[in-house]
Formats: sequence, structure tokens, C-alpha cells
Amino acid sequence: MSTRSEVKSFILKNYLFTEDDAALADSDSLMQKGVVDSTGILELIMHVEDTYGIKVLDEEMVPQNLDSVTAISAFVERKRGK
Amino acid sequence: MCGIAGIIGLDAEYRPQRHSLQAMIQALHHRGPDGYGVLVDGPVGLAHARLSIIDLSSDGDQPMGNEDGSIQIVFNGEIFNYLELRAELLKAGHRFKSHSDTETIVHAYEEYGERFLDKLNGQFAFVLWDRPRRRVVLARDRVGIRPLYLARDGRRLLFASEIKSFVAADFPLRLNPRGLGQTFTFWSTVGEETSFEGVRALPAGHVMVIENGAERVSRYWDWQAAPKGAPAPVSYEAAATHVRELLIDSVRLQLRADVPVGAYLSGGLDSSAIVSLIKNYTDTPLRTFSVAFEDAEFDESSYQQAMVDYAGTDHTTIRCTRQDIGREFPRLVEHAETPVLRTAPVPLMLLSGLVRQSGYKVVLTGEGADEIFGGYDLFKEAKVRRFWARQPESRARAALLTRLYPYLKHSPVGNAAFAGNFYGQGLSEVNDPFYAHLPRWNTTRRLWNFLAPDVRASLQDWDPHADLRALLPDDFGNWNELGRDQYIEVQTLLSGYLLSSQGDRVAMANSIEGRFPFLDHRVIEYLNSLPARYKLRGLYEKAILRRAVHGLLPDAVLNRVKQPYRAPDSMSFFAGGKPLDYVAELLSPERVAASGYFDPQAVARLLEKCRQGRAIGFADNMAFVGILSTMLLDDKFVRSRRSGASTVPQTFPTTA
Repeated sequence: MSTRSEVKSFILKNYLFTEDDAALADSDSLMQKGVVDSTGILELIMHVEDTYGIKVLDEEMVPQNLDSVTAISAFVERKRGK
Repeated sequence: MCGIAGIIGLDAEYRPQRHSLQAMIQALHHRGPDGYGVLVDGPVGLAHARLSIIDLSSDGDQPMGNEDGSIQIVFNGEIFNYLELRAELLKAGHRFKSHSDTETIVHAYEEYGERFLDKLNGQFAFVLWDRPRRRVVLARDRVGIRPLYLARDGRRLLFASEIKSFVAADFPLRLNPRGLGQTFTFWSTVGEETSFEGVRALPAGHVMVIENGAERVSRYWDWQAAPKGAPAPVSYEAAATHVRELLIDSVRLQLRADVPVGAYLSGGLDSSAIVSLIKNYTDTPLRTFSVAFEDAEFDESSYQQAMVDYAGTDHTTIRCTRQDIGREFPRLVEHAETPVLRTAPVPLMLLSGLVRQSGYKVVLTGEGADEIFGGYDLFKEAKVRRFWARQPESRARAALLTRLYPYLKHSPVGNAAFAGNFYGQGLSEVNDPFYAHLPRWNTTRRLWNFLAPDVRASLQDWDPHADLRALLPDDFGNWNELGRDQYIEVQTLLSGYLLSSQGDRVAMANSIEGRFPFLDHRVIEYLNSLPARYKLRGLYEKAILRRAVHGLLPDAVLNRVKQPYRAPDSMSFFAGGKPLDYVAELLSPERVAASGYFDPQAVARLLEKCRQGRAIGFADNMAFVGILSTMLLDDKFVRSRRSGASTVPQTFPTTA
């Protein structure tokens, strides 16, 4: 499974409680769409740390890295590439 | 304090049946275990379950009449200024048969006509039958401390303190999708809406008059905040002094009872202030009660102990565990008669049990202070967001958000960038009356994602915000911003949740009457006349209350940052990695599908997430508790009537 589809599947199941792929577009803002609140972001960070063996630094916890499926998968790939 | 119920014939020939009235009032036994009374007079039937607090003799029994019995009343609550009112009425020539506060309502109605409610200082719900005029008057106190529900059933109108009474009169209950939609947005139903179809609430501060089969509902009192930019009527110091005097008088009036009165002590500023006012300004022996939690995140016992040591009270604590919450939750829902989104009422239900065991029937609490003095984090959050909205590009302004919620393990503002993103929602809509509440409601409304597709479809063209908007006073837009936010808070959370599911219902579950000195209408009206900056100074909440009780509390309590009262939520419903038996059954895909309210797959995923202990945010916990309580409501009030069997045993008789 690609990073993008794994991340998306996690978000669908854990925040929207569905497997319907159409429920969320990859570029949708998770906050603006009300998919996660700011406590939900903590769960998301724990998930990517556990799944991809990366460590998200404080200064990386910004919407540009974590606010959409596209942003998260790009961020994870970038971190793993390092 | 008591329970009331009855049947009003909407045509003059209708005759209520005595056995129906008896069944209705027996369903409210927990509200009034000290005696029953039933009266049938023409088309009107009144029933009363008594909890004796003032005039313990049989003179205080109800229904109660005037001198010649032509006016009759059933009354739940207290009229705190009954002695003053009685003196006034005696002077006007009325003759009293008892020493109860009930009788003052009857004579005040005779003496003052339609405006008699303005004379009452109290917490009440009553129904009065005026035979000569063939008129029924139903009224509820200004802030909705005591409940009153109505259901039209053919030629008759049923009324009762609790909805379970209607079941006993063979009124079939079904859940109301709009009621669920409101609760899954505002945390409570609003206005007349309830969680059941065909059942209405008489809203706080309203009176209903029925004559010739036609009803007329009107509002006799409302909150009214100072206009934005209005000059202060009085200096801060003078206002603080007056607040202290008002609170002393309110406490003094609310200690009136012919039985001993105790007080709750949460460890926060509000209940500590009440305890301190009792100690310093009355002769009442101090008896206090607290909840402590096993989980350190929720526990406030160190502050409770500080106050006990300071005031030297005779104190008892009940220690509440997750197991207690999981076990007692079904009983809570049976009393609350609505879905709840938090488990926090359960420990208070256990606490009222402790009070009862200790031989007390009445407790004073600090409820209402956060509403009138502007104590909630939401008010601060709104202030920061309004300040920020003037310069939306400012990072420093948004960063003020991180000063909120220091007590939370998983704070929604722990991460500045995301907090900004979340609370920045709708930043441009600063003039929306719901500006302060929109972030909370948007989070709560995520519960709608769990609704079954056809339930969601039935709610598609309906906007719960519009229901609330319709209730706002005409000049609302001119009020100061904090005053507006306080009003919305009162219309949603105070009346529908804090005073009900977490107030009246959990206290009456154990035949305990709560009293709330901060909600004396004189205190409310005075605070509403003051500028917002007297209450929320910068981000320092309840400034004027702290000033008013300065010198009466230990510094640790006086200067304490507010910590909202909370209890463990979804984690309470699992043991050894498995859901409790009733939880597993009620949330099983078969059962969820059969009830029809929720999407079984979505519920199954949420259950699994909670089981694994991964539900740490507000949204998931609210969804879990909200869904489980809805399923319990269905089990106890809807399904048991369909199939004759409920999963969780009934506490109340539900058939006539």
C-alpha cells in the first residue's frame, strides 16, 4: 500500500469511521472540513511516528505538513528519504 | 421538593381518571417519597409526590387550595422569599392554613393576578387550577431549575416533572430526531424541544395559561445584558461590595428549610465561596460533601481538603472510579431522559446518594457562577478570537490561545499552529451571534456522521442554529459581546444540561434537592447590568466574584485557575480489554441496525477505537457517550414498550 493510501485509510477509519474513499479528497483540509480537531492531530502524529518509524519534531507540527492526506504523505516521504 | 403530574381536559366534559393520575405520580416516587396526593376537579386532575422540606406537617400536603378551595395547586420547588411574601399577603387580608411556601403562591396569584410570578424568588414548576375562571396556569422558574414537560394526547394535555410519567399514562414514547440533532450540536435540546416526539418542555422563565381549551405561552422574565459600550453604572469596588451583599442575602434565603441543609464542595472557587458565606454570615452548621476521583487528571481533592481545613466543616467524600461510572451510567440515562455527551453527571448522582445516606435532603451548590460571572474558558477563547480577528495575520494574537486549557492532558491548544488553524474557523464572522460557540458546536456536530443515512437525510433541510436564533431577544445584537456569549451558554448548556441532567435529575434520583444561590434572579440581574470587564479582566475570569469574596477563602482556592468539572468518559465502559456486557449488546451491529438511529459500521469502528484506548480527543469521547446514551434511552423508554424486554433492568414502573 502506498503511503498516500495508507494515510488516507487511517484517516477514514479513525476520524470519519468509514471506508468510503469518496468521503474525503486528498487535498481537503482536515481542520477546515472538521475531520480532526486539534486533539485529533495528536493521534495522527502518534500514528505516523509508529507506522513509519519517524519522529515528528515540534517545529514540524504545522498545518503545512499535517493538514491533508497529500501534505501528510509528502511529509512522511520526505522524512523517510532523509 | 417534589414531583408533580396531571391531566388537563381540553374540553369541559373530559374527566381525568384517578388511576391514571396515581400511576403517573407513582412513576415519580424518587422525587417525593414522603407522601402522595391526587385531586380530580371537573376536567382537571392534579397529582403530587411530596418530599417534605418546609412545614413537615400534613398541612403542607398537596394539592393545596386557597381559603375556599376554589383555587388548587401542585408545586415542585421552593419559594425562598415566602416569609416576606406571606407577611405582605396577611396584611392584604389573606388567611393561611399552613406554614408552607406553597400556599403563598396561591394567595399571591389571587392578590397580584397575572404578574404574580414577578413576586416569587425561587426555583419552581407548578400547575394551578382556578375553578371559577376555568383557567389553568403552568409556570416554571426563571432559569429552569425545576422541570416541567407537556404532551398533548387527544382531548387531554398531560403534564409532569419527568417524561417517564407519561409512559404511565399510556402515552407512547419515540425518540425525536430533531431533539437528537440539537443535543448532538448544543449538548442539550433548546426551547420547547425534547428528546421525545410529541413531548414539549415549558421553557425557563415561561408561563402557560389554558382557558377554553386554548393555550397561551409567554415569557415573563429573561436575561438582559448591558449594551455594548454602555458606561459603568457603578465603580468596580462598589460593585464588588454589592455583589457580596447580594450573595450573603441569597445564601441566607436559600438556607430556609425545616430540615438540615448541606453544601457541595468541588474544590473550585464557586462552591468554596458558598461554603465560606454560610460559615461567615449564618448560624447554619457546616456539613459538606465532595466527589474525588481515582484518576489524577480529574481529581480536585487537594483543593477540597484545603477548604475543609480552612472552614472547619464536617466533611464526607465519595471516591469515584471508572467502574462506578460504567456500572451506574444506565441509571443516569433513565433519570436524565435525554442523551448525554459526558459521563460527568454520574459521580454527582453517586454524591447525592451519599448526601441522602447522611440524613440530608437539601444541598447548596456553586452552580451558575460560571454563567453569571463569565467563568468558562469558552468566554476567554472568544475574547482572544475577537481580538485576533481585528488583525487576522497576527501570530502573537493567535498565540494567546496557548494560554487556555492548561489543565488538560491533551490540550486542544497545546500546538500553537493547529490551535490557530482550528480556532481560526469563521474568524471573519465576528458579528455572528454564535461566534463564540461555533468551534464547540462544529466539534460536537461530528456526531452527525454516525447517524443512519435516512435519519441524516430527514435532518438535511433543517438547521438547528435557526431554532436557537429564533429564541434570541430582539435587541441581542446591541449587547456587549460577553453578555451575548453568556446568554447563548445559558440557553443551551445551563438549563438543558447542567441544571437538568447534571442537576435536578441526578439529585432527585436520590430524593435530594439542590439549591443554587448564584442563580437568585437578583444576583443575575445585577451582574448583567455590569460591564464585561468587571467579570473577565483581560483573561482573568470571574474577577468581581474573587474581589467580592476576598478575605473569605484560602489564597490557593481564591486564585485558582478554573478547572472544569469532568469525569472519565469512554474508558469507563471497558474492563480487561472488553466492553461491559450491556455496552457490547447495545452497540452490537444487530442492535444498532434494529434501532435505526445510527450507522452500525461506524459505531463498530468507534467502539473498537475506544476499546483500544485510542480515543483521546473530545470528539470521539462525546460521540461514544452520546451514542451509548441514545441506545440506553431507546432500550428503556422505546424498545421495552415494543418488545416488553429491555437489556438493562428498569428501575421505574412503566405501566399503569
